[in-house]
Amino acid sequence: MAKFNKPKSLTDAVFHYCPGCTHGIVHRLVAEAIDELGIEGKTIGVAPVGCSVMAYNYFTCDMIQAAHGRAPAVATGVKRSLPDHIVFTYQGDGDLASIGLCETVSAAARGENITVIFINNAIYGMTGGQMAPTSLIGQVTQTSPYGRDAATQGMPIKISELLATLEAPSYITRVTVNNVKNVRNAKAAIKKAFQNQVEGKGFSLVEVVSNCPTNWGMTPEKSLQWIDTHMLPYYPLGVYKDKDAEDKNNG
Amino acid sequence: MSEKVLMKGNEAIAEAAILAGCRHYFGYPITPQTEIAAYMAKKMPKINGTFLQAESEIAAINMVYGVASTGKRVMTSSSSPGIALKCEGISYLAGADLPALIVNVQRGGPGLGGIQPSQSDYHLATKGPGHGDFHVLCFAPASVQEMADLTAHAFECAEKYRMPSMLLADGTLGQMMEPVVLPKPSDAGKYDNSWAVTGTNNERKHNIINSLYLSPAELEKLNFERYERYEQIKKDEPMWEEYLMDDAEICVVSYGITARISRNAVDEARKQGIKVGMIRPITVWPFPVEPLKKAADKVERFICVELNMGQMKDDIELAIHCKKPVDLCIRTGGMLPSPDEVLAVIKK
Repeated sequence: MAKFNKPKSLTDAVFHYCPGCTHGIVHRLVAEAIDELGIEGKTIGVAPVGCSVMAYNYFTCDMIQAAHGRAPAVATGVKRSLPDHIVFTYQGDGDLASIGLCETVSAAARGENITVIFINNAIYGMTGGQMAPTSLIGQVTQTSPYGRDAATQGMPIKISELLATLEAPSYITRVTVNNVKNVRNAKAAIKKAFQNQVEGKGFSLVEVVSNCPTNWGMTPEKSLQWIDTHMLPYYPLGVYKDKDAEDKNNG
Repeated sequence: MSEKVLMKGNEAIAEAAILAGCRHYFGYPITPQTEIAAYMAKKMPKINGTFLQAESEIAAINMVYGVASTGKRVMTSSSSPGIALKCEGISYLAGADLPALIVNVQRGGPGLGGIQPSQSDYHLATKGPGHGDFHVLCFAPASVQEMADLTAHAFECAEKYRMPSMLLADGTLGQMMEPVVLPKPSDAGKYDNSWAVTGTNNERKHNIINSLYLSPAELEKLNFERYERYEQIKKDEPMWEEYLMDDAEICVVSYGITARISRNAVDEARKQGIKVGMIRPITVWPFPVEPLKKAADKVERFICVELNMGQMKDDIELAIHCKKPVDLCIRTGGMLPSPDEVLAVIKK
């Protein structure tokens, strides 16, 4: 009988995340992918600024903590220095889609052979729930107390769609982890994003639509439902770019 | 081996960095330092190195942070407005105790300023270029030869003390051509870098490169430890040149290109029978306090010659405990003083 074990690539440190937050699930999926590919010893992770700033405490591989938004640039440096190693970033929406958007787009446009795990929960969690570039229209946050207003605060950025317009990236996909089936799909996407790097295929990004029960002001259960009812209609799941599939179709 | 070659200052920095084993360069176009990037773009692909034109100065310094985390020699270069953008990254390098070389070929400011030579980043460079409690080692070359020599030395010191080094040059030094004897090849690895992230290879506990300490007591302790290291640096690493100081009654203090101009003025003044000498800081952080302190007991006054509004004057006054007056001979905005202008202040 199979036993449910902690992945080898996670340390014994207790997550600091809020109850019901999906960071824990995604951390586990990343660790499982690293374990299954047998790359733990040559993987280097880059943590962002945001709720997952202390991700360096949770993965057993070598880790770097980067300045806010700069993880793709830091990862670029690491990858250029150690091209045979596996380099991933783990970033939230404020980090990746706002302050670090330039680094994100540029690393993707270069086709940098790195793996990016992008947690999109439509809010700045660590600083107490401010509006993110991905916050939905009407979403109430500390800095959009009357709901995000398109006329003055613009429209939420769809990162996967945006990056899929670039020529260089290998794999861009959006997944979520709000039920078992979706978790399994997310796992497959994350593993593929690492596998791509192992095979030298270039830039892979997995956008994980996530929750924030604390700052959304909901129970964990309600927040997972809210992903279905509010997040996914604006952020549809799916593969936005996959050079493997394109190559297959082209024959 | 000691063959002289004619090179631009910026090219001498680039070649010296390559000779020092630097195989990773990240930069963003800005005048007047573009020759460094152009040189690296040509050379690096041929020696298995990395030249990458980053999307911004900010990205470039963070790519530097990435390579520095792996324990390899790495550099970026820019000019004043670009250095301002790099300051966040320099602070992170300092906070994570990472060695790296940042070259600042200064131009006039503030704002977009101009593209002519300047030394107006003196405060920025010597007081800590970024947020938080920290310093960078800061070298001020005054010739193309020193552009090369100090590049190699800056890498070495950065590794010795695990902190960023800055080469504080200016547009004139970057652009001018002089014969130079290139330094002997060297490389990293003299100092322990077991802290680097190179993959655990499943043989050791993970290394973490980090500057976040949520416990104030822990952060305070680390800052104090870093400043203990700085005290050692202040003792061991100041570099300076003394010129005709034995019988000097007036002491010119100048670094970089203005030291070259001042030297001509000192020579002319000597011809006219004026007992003037010069102390030329080669490191501006650590500042060469000792020779100035010594001079304060002998000379009547000091003259601070700089391409800014007199930013070094505070450091001179601190070094000499305000014992003697410090006159200014300054040009700014990209203007250079002539030797006659310096001579006029000497003769005042």
